Amino acid sequence: MIYSYYPGCTLKTKAKELDIYARRSLEALGIQMEELADWQCCGGVYPMAKDEIATKLSSVRTLNQAKELGRPLITLCSACHHVLTLVNHDMKNDSNIRNKANDYSKFDTPYKGETEVIHFLQLLRDVVGFDNLKAKVTNPLKGRKIGAYYGCLLLRPSAKLAFDSPENPTIMEDFIKAIGATPVVYPFRNECCGGYIAVTDKGQATKNVDRIIDSAKYKGCDELVTACPLCMYNVSGNASEGKDISIKYFTELLAEALGVK
Amino acid sequence: MHNNNLKDEVIRISGASPIKCMKCGKCSATCPSFNDMEIAPHMFVDMVVKGRIEELMASNATAHCLSCFACVERCPRGVEPANIIEAIRVIKLRKSGSVQLTPAQIASVIDTEIPQQALVSAFRKFRK
Repeated sequence: MIYSYYPGCTLKTKAKELDIYARRSLEALGIQMEELADWQCCGGVYPMAKDEIATKLSSVRTLNQAKELGRPLITLCSACHHVLTLVNHDMKNDSNIRNKANDYSKFDTPYKGETEVIHFLQLLRDVVGFDNLKAKVTNPLKGRKIGAYYGCLLLRPSAKLAFDSPENPTIMEDFIKAIGATPVVYPFRNECCGGYIAVTDKGQATKNVDRIIDSAKYKGCDELVTACPLCMYNVSGNASEGKDISIKYFTELLAEALGVK
Repeated sequence: MHNNNLKDEVIRISGASPIKCMKCGKCSATCPSFNDMEIAPHMFVDMVVKGRIEELMASNATAHCLSCFACVERCPRGVEPANIIEAIRVIKLRKSGSVQLTPAQIASVIDTEIPQQALVSAFRKFRK
């Protein structure tokens, strides 16, 4: 089985580590993944308004391309995963959006939400399996106390994302265990970093990030992992002076544990 | 002022059901932007039910919503407050000349680390 892969805009630029270490790790795990040929930016945020059609079309094209290849679609960036999953949900369940998007797109056959969108972490959990992953780890990250920073987009709204429990997720903690480190659970791991507000109101992002870092440190995290370039930016760059905490993409730690970093 | 025309528009665009609200306040209690919003999420819901849309449109509260879906997830009645806030934001932006973010503004906040994702998202949220 070959999986299709949607990197998204930021993984080609500011978040190259998230992309490169994922590719190396999958190779080490023996899973084949091919980048889609003509992907476009997903738009970064899901267009929530029911009558927004044009802003959903780039995602529809991506999803249809994966369907034509007959392959599940792997995502890495939390925002891409959120947008593609929600647009896919619309194409499956909202006839108004589906009909209008298809009228405009003129695909050979109408797209009806057939593509399976899988986040890289779900691939590790459901296809590789955390037990198998653990067996393939050559360089276990022993003694490192790592907090999973889920943020908002991977988990919510859970009725549509169906990623993990929205309030008590375990997938990233299980991943941290599998690579030999110690997961640290802290209360603000599934709260928002401020996201795009960093562009218009940095102070508001700082308030959010400070709360998250305080919570993580209070519970004993030495470092955090994330799947989102915007979480990475806000946590690493927009915290108050003196509050900084090390944060890495989960794929970097995966590559480190598999000995392919 | 009660405006049924705009109220219908908000309900149509958001797909949300503000009438289901039982006023528990959980949406505002869980909102990370609560202190930054002069009109809090639970007030948005109530004011839409009452048709007070123009007051919501005059407020800058929509600019502080992060679309983090905490209120949507935690609402025990499935009201989807974030979708309501988004509908008000979209109706405001669709009015001619109501752009809230320009490329010139971006130039003043940009730094070497800012991810493309942030810029794309902000443009999607603050202009049409």
